[in-house]
Amino acid sequence: MSKVLMKGNEAIAEAAIRAGCRYFFGYPITPQNEIPAYMAKRMPEVGGCFIQAESEVSAINMVYGAAGAGARVMTSSSSPGISLKQEGISYIAGAELPCVIVNMVRGGPGLGGIQPAQSDYFQATKGGGHGDYRLVVLGPSTIQEAVDLVIEGFDIADQYRNPVMILGDGILGQMMEPVEFNTSSRRELPPKTWATTGNTGQRPRNIINSLFIDPQELEDHVNRIYQKYERIKENEVRVECYNCDNADIIVAAYGTTSRIVKSVIQKAKQQGINAGLIRPITLWPFPTSTFEQWAERQHVKAFLTVEMSTGQMVEDVRLSVNGKKPVYFYGRTGGMVPEPGAVLEEIKKIMRSVMK
Amino acid sequence: MIKVFERPKSLTDKPFHYCPGCTHGIVHRLVAEVLDELNIREKTVGVAPVGCAVFAYEYFNCDMQEAAHGRAPAVATGIKRVLPDSVVFTYQGDGDLAAIGTAEIVHAATRGENITTVFINNAIYGMTGGQMAPTTLIGQVTATTPYGRDEGMAGYPLRMSEMLATLEGSAYIERVSVHDIKHITRAKRAIKKAFEIQLAGKGFSMVEVLSTCPTNWGMTPVEALKWLEDNMIPHYPLGVMKEVE
Repeated sequence: MSKVLMKGNEAIAEAAIRAGCRYFFGYPITPQNEIPAYMAKRMPEVGGCFIQAESEVSAINMVYGAAGAGARVMTSSSSPGISLKQEGISYIAGAELPCVIVNMVRGGPGLGGIQPAQSDYFQATKGGGHGDYRLVVLGPSTIQEAVDLVIEGFDIADQYRNPVMILGDGILGQMMEPVEFNTSSRRELPPKTWATTGNTGQRPRNIINSLFIDPQELEDHVNRIYQKYERIKENEVRVECYNCDNADIIVAAYGTTSRIVKSVIQKAKQQGINAGLIRPITLWPFPTSTFEQWAERQHVKAFLTVEMSTGQMVEDVRLSVNGKKPVYFYGRTGGMVPEPGAVLEEIKKIMRSVMK
Repeated sequence: MIKVFERPKSLTDKPFHYCPGCTHGIVHRLVAEVLDELNIREKTVGVAPVGCAVFAYEYFNCDMQEAAHGRAPAVATGIKRVLPDSVVFTYQGDGDLAAIGTAEIVHAATRGENITTVFINNAIYGMTGGQMAPTTLIGQVTATTPYGRDEGMAGYPLRMSEMLATLEGSAYIERVSVHDIKHITRAKRAIKKAFEIQLAGKGFSMVEVLSTCPTNWGMTPVEALKWLEDNMIPHYPLGVMKEVE
């Protein structure tokens, strides 16, 4: 299959179509507007349905209804809009419905700005809405990876009956790269016998619900979901380790920031510093054991987490490294992107202090 | 022996949890009888609200989804777009539909979403203990209007049927009451009509049902029926607000 040059947002939308998504409910917000616009054009061509909802709140509840009816369904938004969707996301997780949610993160808090950021990491990976639940959070660093993760994300959602979030940012959404759409390796998925498809002549009726008024029933439900999360942790962790063998310092970064770090690693090498990168691809489940393993290695003197935030993923890095090595942080916020020179300076500074 | 009265197939055997004298039970039965008579139970997906009818999914004997507070019309939209040949209805109270879910019901109606809504207006929040609803009458005492609803403080009761009837997407809007046998019969006719409108693919249909809440109104069931007739109907006139050809 040949490669095509596509904008990130449009490639993500096309990937969803290729994955069999036929329902999209959205609401305009920058910097993800190309996704609903693409879906509005493309859905009628494939016999699908696009609705511009009256709000993000409504859009996510349309997702709930469609997912409950057994469809492959997606919504997308950016940070303030994702905040509005959190109620619905909690219900979707509680009712165990599969769907894909794209967050093209922009700077916050509040209305914030429209430039790229990674400041929704906590919201994405720690629940976001109320109650004990998790999303599977996938953090692509290239448009090709975003396409692949969207396609697989639908399978993950269906396999575990859990919402999957694609955590991108404004850069990933707006830039163009060559991509190809490969849908050849699909998972074996269980039939959606639980869906409310309205054909109760052939089977007992189904109920889509997250209400369990009896405390013991609710605890059983929450524990069952928790066991599902344990299976996800066992089976779905993805991480890239780059130049970590013999590295003196390991940088942790995801998404767009990890690309900057890769170029910093090349520059560092020219200056005689051996730096590596651990790039979590699944932000939840977090690649804890990868960090544990590298933290044990003698040659690794320190970790540095680089984010477009004031330090969110760094908390998971610290929990994983668990005091075995010092963990430093460098971040920019508000739509400002870390500059390679500044990251390199940070690495040098840390190396000077740990080599003393 | 010929059976002349039985439980509709569209109701489960689960006993209702509703308070004595509450009219939810009557309206549930009317909806169930209509689903039976139109022979659509096996292709119906219902959407339950948050409020007193939150357990509606345990009572209606068809596929059901439980929605977040006020979001039933959005959930129903998602279902209906995936299953255009099925019958989709929402069952919502006045807090759910006319306060927190105002945007969802207005936009489902204006899109002409081919769904049916059964709207229970009893002028109060029941499940949470009798707070002011958007449909609470002026002067009506509730937990959050202890001196009576004062329009200067709390504004005016909302007439949803009249409002939604102004929208092009609304195909059929009627307000009915269940305070006596005659009106219950009319209410059933309206609910049946609303589902027939959906089956004909004409667009959004809603039946507003004036209902009682003896518990939170602080009345006996009989007093409550009388109060509905004397106080609610003058503010919420009965009748067809909108019907497309």
